[in-house]
Amino acid sequence: MNALLHGRLTGLLALGAVIAILPAFLPNNFYLDIAILAGFNAVVCVGLNLLIGYAGQISLGHAGFFGIGAYASGVLVGTYGWPPVLALLAGAAFVGLMAFLVAKPILRLKGHYLAMATLGIGIIVSIVLRTESGLTGGPDGMMVEPFRIFGVELYGEKVWYWVVGVLLLGVVWLSLNLIDSPMGRALRAVHGSEVAAEVVGVDTARFKVLVFVLSAVFASVAGSLFAHYAGLITPAKADFFKSIELVTMVVFGGMASTFGAVVGAVVLTLLPQALTVFQDYQQIVLGGILMATMVFMPKGLLPTLAALIPARRRA
Amino acid sequence: MEGSQREGDADGNIRTSIVVAAAKNLLSKLFRLKHYVMQIVPPRRDRAAARSGDKAGSPREDIMRKRLFATIAFTALTAMTAVSGLLSGAAQAADPIKVGAIVSATGPASFLGDPEKKVLELYADRINKAGGVDGRQVQLTVYDDGGAADKAASFTKRLIESDGVDVIVGGTTTAATMAAVPLVERAGVPFISLAGAVVIVEPVKKWVFKTPHTDRMAAEKVMEDMKKRGLTKLALLSEDSGFGKSGREQTVAVAKERGIELVADETYGAKDTDVTAQLTKIKNNAAAQAVLVFGLGQGPAVVTKNYRQLGISLPIYQSHGVASKEFIRLAGGAAEGVRLPAAGLVVAAQLPDSDPQKKVVTEFTKVYEDSFNTEVSTFAGHAYDGLMIALDAVKRAGGTDKAKLRDAIEQTKGYVGTGGTVTMSAKDHMGLTLDAFHMVEVKQGDWALVK
Amino acid sequence: MFAELLQYMLSGLTIGAIYALAGLGFSIIYNASHVINFAQGEFIMVGGMASATLTASGVPLPLAILIGCGGAMLVGVLVAKFAVERARNASTVTLIIITIGASIFLRGVAELIWGKDFKRLDAFSGETPIQILGASMQPQSLWVVGTAGVLIVAIGLFFNKTLTGKAILATSHNRLAAQLVGIDVKRVVLASFALSAALGAIGGAVVAPITFSYTEMGIMLGLKGFTAAVLGGLGHGPGAVAGGLIVGVAEALGAGYISSAYKDAVAFVIILAVLLFMPNGLFGKRGTERV
Repeated sequence: MNALLHGRLTGLLALGAVIAILPAFLPNNFYLDIAILAGFNAVVCVGLNLLIGYAGQISLGHAGFFGIGAYASGVLVGTYGWPPVLALLAGAAFVGLMAFLVAKPILRLKGHYLAMATLGIGIIVSIVLRTESGLTGGPDGMMVEPFRIFGVELYGEKVWYWVVGVLLLGVVWLSLNLIDSPMGRALRAVHGSEVAAEVVGVDTARFKVLVFVLSAVFASVAGSLFAHYAGLITPAKADFFKSIELVTMVVFGGMASTFGAVVGAVVLTLLPQALTVFQDYQQIVLGGILMATMVFMPKGLLPTLAALIPARRRA
Repeated sequence: MEGSQREGDADGNIRTSIVVAAAKNLLSKLFRLKHYVMQIVPPRRDRAAARSGDKAGSPREDIMRKRLFATIAFTALTAMTAVSGLLSGAAQAADPIKVGAIVSATGPASFLGDPEKKVLELYADRINKAGGVDGRQVQLTVYDDGGAADKAASFTKRLIESDGVDVIVGGTTTAATMAAVPLVERAGVPFISLAGAVVIVEPVKKWVFKTPHTDRMAAEKVMEDMKKRGLTKLALLSEDSGFGKSGREQTVAVAKERGIELVADETYGAKDTDVTAQLTKIKNNAAAQAVLVFGLGQGPAVVTKNYRQLGISLPIYQSHGVASKEFIRLAGGAAEGVRLPAAGLVVAAQLPDSDPQKKVVTEFTKVYEDSFNTEVSTFAGHAYDGLMIALDAVKRAGGTDKAKLRDAIEQTKGYVGTGGTVTMSAKDHMGLTLDAFHMVEVKQGDWALVK
Repeated sequence: MFAELLQYMLSGLTIGAIYALAGLGFSIIYNASHVINFAQGEFIMVGGMASATLTASGVPLPLAILIGCGGAMLVGVLVAKFAVERARNASTVTLIIITIGASIFLRGVAELIWGKDFKRLDAFSGETPIQILGASMQPQSLWVVGTAGVLIVAIGLFFNKTLTGKAILATSHNRLAAQLVGIDVKRVVLASFALSAALGAIGGAVVAPITFSYTEMGIMLGLKGFTAAVLGGLGHGPGAVAGGLIVGVAEALGAGYISSAYKDAVAFVIILAVLLFMPNGLFGKRGTERV
């Protein structure tokens, strides 16, 4: 048990160390901004990875939950004057409830039908956000007030970097704990074979619902904080492409690997920014990288790299 | 022609060489890093056993965690160095004037943003070949926001923070502009928008200017024309984008002032490919005497086609958001008879010689059409005006001190551009009047001045 | 009143026919390989772009469509060969991401070849609206519906009458058994991609005069096609066709009577409602899972 804790701690410490020393290498606020965006994506991906990697369920609609969180904060704080913390909690509670309500019927679905259903939910959310322009500002989005807590205003990249860093560490810690708990083992059983898990007495349905709700809440919280940080939110943050992007990050980094999800989020947040030098070839390169990674490393970046480096060395 | 051909090739070569250099740079960095990682990663003793699962507490576990850490560090560092290498790659000449631009070269507003991008690049190049401004070269950085406001905001951040630009031209769309406004206001960077809505300059924002005519002016011009034709009942169909929404608000307000009755108020989406449902409602509205479509990009072309398909015979007006030959080309025969307010640029040849704009627009048209082999649009002109106003201000400010530059832009006086004669003031950050607008009608696939 | 309803029905059937073709494409590929091909919309785009740009440069329309169709088939086979086939044993999610990667890649290539602007293709037989009981219809709509109808019948015959068609069907029922009786499963997968690509490309060509062609035209059409295929029950051909028409008509009615802004949501609301009660779509077969 002690050793297990130790192992988990090493990963966390490593992540913490990377987060701590990273700003020293970033020349200006723009890079910090990218790091913050990567952090937000990583938070959502860690949650989504629980669902995809461990519970074996696909969701093509998680950006919807992110969007609801973001707009809950934007609207409740901006239009109705709520304190930001309250708005964040309200958004998370709403998303949690919504996820709970849809989870039961939806998680009954298998494979592509589940993909379709979650995709539908995500798209409907983004269309509502786009259309109810009286509330949400329509397709061009809305401005969001800065985050205030105990009279302190969180403002600027330097402050937010640490906020996101701490949030990410917390989420990763939570996720690692969950995976190592008895429930986590049950979850892995679900991914292996649902029917088999049920036969040996694992209540798979309950676990799936729980993980679905948890990952949705992670997304909502990230969405709320993102809204305050960015100061501008658009329905694009909730749409199909964002959902796909999130799933891609998880799978790209490595399914069933919490740190893989983090790495996937970081790499795929950086990639489009780095690819602006390719100008017109941007999409080709991005699409090509996605295809190539998945074809040649179907397990994802991190697990494949972890297996590759020592193997080379031995040879 | 020949000149432009060579320019194109040179451009291609430069781009290729940048890509090659970036790739080489990246590869060498990767190799160095990999070497480094190899040294800190201990060898795996037993692969088969390791694959069989994570046995808690075993020494293997420890190794795997370390390996994980190393991999994360490796990936993160690679990515970071790659990005910073790529971004700061180009060597810089001595103290250039840094002009940043954000345009929607792709996405639903691409027929506005694409010519804007081309014009900015063309003129930056021409000016540099002619020796620059006060001996300083113009260094242009263009980003494509794909028509998304949030991308425009993040590129604005990048221009200000990372590229350290002296002035920003752009924001093809109103949404992109409004997303950038808080950032430029905070950072104190002069910003010349290429978007149409009046909200950009009303109320006046310290650092924000714009070159195109406003939607309010478009609404006024359209209703002026309606009055002339004795029409008083208008059906409005507006796009659900920033430009369309602002246009809708202005139309409602202007209609009230001018005694025009709004009998229908429908909206459509910027990416819609079929608006027959909305038009069917308008068709069945007996009161409507004319239709005004407020949108930009291809949406209005779809509307125009559907309009004719449904056999609606009411006069149809468009906004200045479609003042491009692209619109006529897309809508085809359906565009015949469409009226819209536009800058003198699109009817350069038809302007009387006495028009002060005649010389400027004729010359600009020639340069543009010779260089790109396509017909000029007002959007190309907006970008030209934006760049010229900025560079003119640099000359008058005697440098690129941002505060002085801003003041100089605000003092722009009697600048004759493609959009009209611009005279700005502390209260007017656009500087155009209604007579810079001409009502044009599509006749035989071309613009014709409505007399 | 009636004219209005008819107007919406006509618009709905036109776009529904395209959804049906896309849905059929999804189903054919799914049957042969159990892959959801998110690049299906890109096949439509290739067809639309190729026919629009080729006719603009003087190629006769039928030839342009044929070339576009051939190009799309080639692309389809390449995607199958170099991306999907290699990742044969990957998980569902991985396969989905491969096809999404392929669609981004194809859009990028298309942008490079044809540019970012919208292309116009003239209607095949003029643009004089046809008046039917107070509703007006473009002649092109007839082309769309007619072409889709012919293609759907042809596909039906292909699967039931020809050896290749039967081989594809056999593979979809039981891959291993098909292999045992000597069917080259790999070629079946390639054939299914080629076939879906051809369907998509022809659909793209006939619908281009109505919607314009541009490199992003395939995104929404592809998603709606997926919806159609799921609605009808994945892998169920006639179901996909019915699903496409239902989605198209429902959308047009929703736009007309409820709200045009929520037009795109209609399809997804329907699919959610159906999946709640019929987890395998309208015509899908109930499956049992092997342990």
